[in-house]
Amino acid sequence: MALSNVLHAPAAGFNFDHAARNAELEGLFDAQIPKPVKTGTTIAGVVFKDGVVLGADTRATSSEVVADKMCSKIHYIAPNIYCCGAGTAADTEKTTELLSSNLTIFSLNSGRNPRVVMAVNILQEMLYRYHGQIGASLILGGVDCTGNHLYTVGPYGSVNTMPYLAMGSGDLAALGILEDGYKPDLELDKAKELVRAAIHAGVMNDLASGNNIDICVLTRGGVDHIRPYQVSQYKDKRKTKYKYGAGTTAVLTEKVVPVKLEVVEETVQRMDTA
Amino acid sequence: MEKRSVDSRVRGVSTGTTILAATFDGGVVIGSDSRASIGGEYVSSKTINKVVQVHDQIFCCMAGSLADAQAVTKAAKFHLSFHSVQMETPPLVIAAASVLQELCYNNKEELQAGFITAGWDRKKGPQVYVVPLGGMLVGQPVTIGGSGSTYIYGYVDAKYKPNMSREECLQFATNALALAMGRDNVSGGVAHLVVITETGVEHVVVPGNKLPKFHNE
Repeated sequence: MALSNVLHAPAAGFNFDHAARNAELEGLFDAQIPKPVKTGTTIAGVVFKDGVVLGADTRATSSEVVADKMCSKIHYIAPNIYCCGAGTAADTEKTTELLSSNLTIFSLNSGRNPRVVMAVNILQEMLYRYHGQIGASLILGGVDCTGNHLYTVGPYGSVNTMPYLAMGSGDLAALGILEDGYKPDLELDKAKELVRAAIHAGVMNDLASGNNIDICVLTRGGVDHIRPYQVSQYKDKRKTKYKYGAGTTAVLTEKVVPVKLEVVEETVQRMDTA
Repeated sequence: MEKRSVDSRVRGVSTGTTILAATFDGGVVIGSDSRASIGGEYVSSKTINKVVQVHDQIFCCMAGSLADAQAVTKAAKFHLSFHSVQMETPPLVIAAASVLQELCYNNKEELQAGFITAGWDRKKGPQVYVVPLGGMLVGQPVTIGGSGSTYIYGYVDAKYKPNMSREECLQFATNALALAMGRDNVSGGVAHLVVITETGVEHVVVPGNKLPKFHNE
């Protein structure tokens, strides 16, 4: 059975361990508490005729600084399931990794491919247990034996399923494009273009979303993770190389001291492999 | 998400909501709207499902925090299913309501979720029970809940009659939902209605533009 924690069963009820720890840590930082890296983000997903298309921007922000210009927000969960994450970068990364590990163990134990609804249930149970303290807003998309699925899981543990979804700080901009352009049973290229346009709207209208656009297409036949699908037209050309070649720092003196090792004890144990 | 949810009483996604249930001659109608909102200003879903089947002939409507309500109904489904396997018989509607009550009452500090349970069982026929926020359990022939219910108390008090026919009750429920959705900003979308009788369950969905219109619309 796949659980959100394989090592030990979680205690019943809500887990407020970190609340006490955070309160204690607050006293240690006399300047400011370090701000977590958020993905800012625009993520979107669309169900089309043959599967699901997921899309995301690639900007990770730490307040007003772009911490990562080529952040990967479309996470692998299973060969047939991928998950876009918005919110706190560490939370989305670790939550999806935990989910992926557990589903892999489940697959090995049961001999079955995981279903999207199972991934959703595990995520919901885990995020609900943390009562919103794990800042992860996720869009899960996948193709399994029951069809093409797209779900969203909120940080408090609420689940919703729709043929098109957008999350993150740029979700309103993306949703406008999706509401206007979505039709049931789209063809692949139309679906990819719709998702690209939705993320692009987020990139253009939300300061916390930007840089490149990644797309991930999931079908019965397999996965096509295109990274990047669209490169930002505002890419800056670096004026010089910032790598330091060998010899940049002059060596003034060199002293080599061999370490003398002697054998103190030697034991031989025969291994019986008959 | 922070910019939207800070001063809302419900953390995260709220069901806003209008929910109701009413008994008629031979069955019960349970219904809700389909809007989920954040902070009372953003509609995060126009088609959320608030009428959940907890057993073959027992349904629940959820109100309050969507995350809390979904978690409680999940636990309730499991408990009921286990209970019915142990008893080797379908559970009573009051059993379903009691399961919800226990979850809501024992966790009343952490939860913000209220429910209306309706269904049919062999012992008492069609029944409606309401389990509001604190975990009280009351059986009533007709009950309304959620933020939109405040606008339709008058309508329900005036128009509900015991032992209506199925069609009359369905029309009554549709009108009530439409009136509430028309006045409450956090209720809206489509009207989901489920009719439960001895013979089975029927799901009726009335899209927003097909809802009855009243004099000022």
